[in-house]
Amino acid sequence: MTLLDVAGLSKSYGGVAAVRGIGFALRAGEVVALIGPNGAGKSTCFDMLNGQIRPDAGTIRLDGVDVTGAKPRRMAARGVARTFQVAATFASMTVRENVQAACLIHAGAMAWPFGRADRRFVAEAERLLDPVGLLAQAGRPAAELAYGDVKRLELAMALAGEPRLLLMDEPTAGMAPAERHALMGVAVERARRAAIGLLFTEHDMDIVFGHADRVMVLSRGELIARGSADEVRRDPRVRATYLGGGSTFSAAAGGDAPA
Amino acid sequence: MSFVFAQFLTGLAGASSLFLVASGLSIVFGVSRIVNFAHGAFAMLGAYMAYSLTERFAGPFGFWGSIVLASLGTAAAGALVEMTLLRRLYRAPELFQLLATFGLTLVVEDLVVVVWGPDDLLGPRAPGLAGAVRVFGEAVPSYDLLLIAFGPIAFGLLWLLFHRTRFGTLVRAATQDREMVAALGVDQRWLFTAVFALGAFMAGFGGAVQIPRDAVNHGIDLRLIVDVFVVVVIGGLGSVGGAFLASILVAELDAFGILVLPGVSLVLVFVVMAVVLVVRPFGLLGRPQAQARAVPEPDRRPWAPLPPPARFAVAILVATAATLPSWAGDYLVTVASEILIVALFAASLQFLMSAGAMVSFGHAAYFGLGAYGAALAAKHLGLPMLPALGCGMALAIAGAALFGWFCVRLSGVYFAMLTLAFAQIAWSVAFQWTAVTGGDNGLLGVWPDGWAATPRAFFWVCLASTAAGVGLLRAAVFSPFGAGLRAVRDSAPRAEALGLGRAPVQWAAFALAGGVAGWAGGLFAFLKGSVFPDSLGIGTSVDGLVMVLLGGIGTVSGGVAGAAVYKALSVWLVSQTDESKLALGLAIIGLVLLLPTGLGGAAGRFRGGLRSRAAPPPAPAAGPAR
Repeated sequence: MTLLDVAGLSKSYGGVAAVRGIGFALRAGEVVALIGPNGAGKSTCFDMLNGQIRPDAGTIRLDGVDVTGAKPRRMAARGVARTFQVAATFASMTVRENVQAACLIHAGAMAWPFGRADRRFVAEAERLLDPVGLLAQAGRPAAELAYGDVKRLELAMALAGEPRLLLMDEPTAGMAPAERHALMGVAVERARRAAIGLLFTEHDMDIVFGHADRVMVLSRGELIARGSADEVRRDPRVRATYLGGGSTFSAAAGGDAPA
Repeated sequence: MSFVFAQFLTGLAGASSLFLVASGLSIVFGVSRIVNFAHGAFAMLGAYMAYSLTERFAGPFGFWGSIVLASLGTAAAGALVEMTLLRRLYRAPELFQLLATFGLTLVVEDLVVVVWGPDDLLGPRAPGLAGAVRVFGEAVPSYDLLLIAFGPIAFGLLWLLFHRTRFGTLVRAATQDREMVAALGVDQRWLFTAVFALGAFMAGFGGAVQIPRDAVNHGIDLRLIVDVFVVVVIGGLGSVGGAFLASILVAELDAFGILVLPGVSLVLVFVVMAVVLVVRPFGLLGRPQAQARAVPEPDRRPWAPLPPPARFAVAILVATAATLPSWAGDYLVTVASEILIVALFAASLQFLMSAGAMVSFGHAAYFGLGAYGAALAAKHLGLPMLPALGCGMALAIAGAALFGWFCVRLSGVYFAMLTLAFAQIAWSVAFQWTAVTGGDNGLLGVWPDGWAATPRAFFWVCLASTAAGVGLLRAAVFSPFGAGLRAVRDSAPRAEALGLGRAPVQWAAFALAGGVAGWAGGLFAFLKGSVFPDSLGIGTSVDGLVMVLLGGIGTVSGGVAGAAVYKALSVWLVSQTDESKLALGLAIIGLVLLLPTGLGGAAGRFRGGLRSRAAPPPAPAAGPAR
């Protein structure tokens, strides 16, 4: 079942084309990595998928419905959740309140000016904090969290409200290697169980090849390769992108895949 | 036709004067990100010094030498202020710089009265330029023609300074990215002092060249600073070219507004400013700034509702306050009522600023709308006090909903300036629509009903209103709505990605805060028995800001304590000394330097020191009355 269907998506800034006519599809429960060097257009692509940026051309279909150019909160209402490259949480709240806020927003209960926000969705928030390992820190101010924990909190918030599509922009950047796999493991497990389509960008190839069903490679705004981990690993254009296309490199890079 | 041209020339002369002062403000803001409230005071200082010097030295050399000397003197004063005061505040939240420069303005205002006296002073005519020139048959003062030339000349010199000298290159670099300039090894302290002195020089010069045209008095600083803010905001903060364009636009609007639309001439400029900000949020030639954090919070402990013991303490405090009329005289009770009213006003502004990160420079608009609404309902509809207060509140909510719809589309300094513009529009309407508002004479004879007519009864009304209002606002902060408001404050992109848009939440908060301020304004009208345009003037707005900052912007309702201290202090100072502004200004500056987190923050730190990592209530909620 196709969850996300993207066709001809393009965006330029001034004269610079950041993303040029990319198209792909994502099924529910599928885990796909979008990789590419810095500046390849990954974040622009994500920003278009969650409505942060309006595409110049192309269509985005979610469950068959055209949602191109919808605002982030419309996208959220349709089940698109995301985490940011630079983690964004509500710094003046506790960890639990962050997730409670996410739950309140999803429940559409944010307009209510009476009653106590910190008494709503307590159990729900703790159910979300448990798998990412933040339950013990639920009462701490979010501003005091270590960077890796902020990333975990973001994941818990993104998973509030049963998303259909989860976009994770460099979810493990800045984390220790062991933590990285644990975090991705939580996200992937949840994606499989709740049939969430999971699309993520990542620079750590261990994470990419270890968790993604499929990999798409973006270079200078174009998708230059896609397929299973092995197919992408062997693709000469991918090697050229990562290792530089010069002939001096082709001999050196003859054997192994880029790490 | 020739008359129109002469009027156009008058406008151009005004534009030059505005530009001279505004360029200084813009340059200072561009580099130091300080919105220098004292800039008008510098211009006033320049004018006074020029007056004294020209009295002493006659002749062309004496006159122009005096002007230059006065400007240099102002520049020296600016450098001194930068080195002794602002240098300590660059790392403080930006609002504290505003507060400190506001305190400085108060100090300067009283100092010039001490030195030069309270009367208007008329400077000498410029030698050789006392007459008029016939332009198409209309007499145009020859001094005006000289002023017209000054604007472009100053613009040209500034351009040369910024584009052809090493200093200018550094200033432009610092305007774009001052951290980078610092990283490249430029001594920022020297650069900031120099830029501030340059800004003060432009202000002093702009003030000094005015003396042959306008009388000098101790009120011109506030008038100037509002005009100059408008120019700088329309032109784009930090853009000298923008300030040049905008000063022509504003001055010509002034010159022709009086002819074409005399009834609304004051409003016109602010309407244009509002339109410019809505269409081009960063001004005509301004560029979006690297977003400074909206409301910096020195220690970001999560807010929590008061625990039961603290609630009990607040209840005791309110109950104790309620006994005030039984042991205090009528004067004290009336003063206490006024304190309660401004505390409610401050609480509503604090809700906007602390929970919503919306720093409004025009919150007085809603206080004043409430006051006028209540007064008009009582006088013209003959309503009793409580329904009249309701009418005032409704008018304030309507005004806040209308103005807020535009304001919440902006943020940071531009939000502040648009709220100021709307407040000035409201002020101008109250000032010029004499048939309804009584204009400058205000509305008189607004007295409470019989049951609330005694000072003690009215005090209880105020106490109940403030306790209920502050309680309501606190409840709102901790409600799901308040959580949403804090969420968009902390991270608008995160909230948006979760499905909560920034603008609607902030709009609702703006209207709520406006409504509470409106209720306070209505009470104020009944307390004084009258309403004047001052109630929605910039002075009232700034009072509110001072009270909130004093109370601690990182707290939920420290502004209540800030209001109590500030109002009690100012009432006491007025009774004790003729130089009350001087004392108040010094007190504000001292508090900013000593207590950069406000009273609430200081109380929190003190408590935190007593039992480290205790329960987190950050707001002392010092009870609505003292």
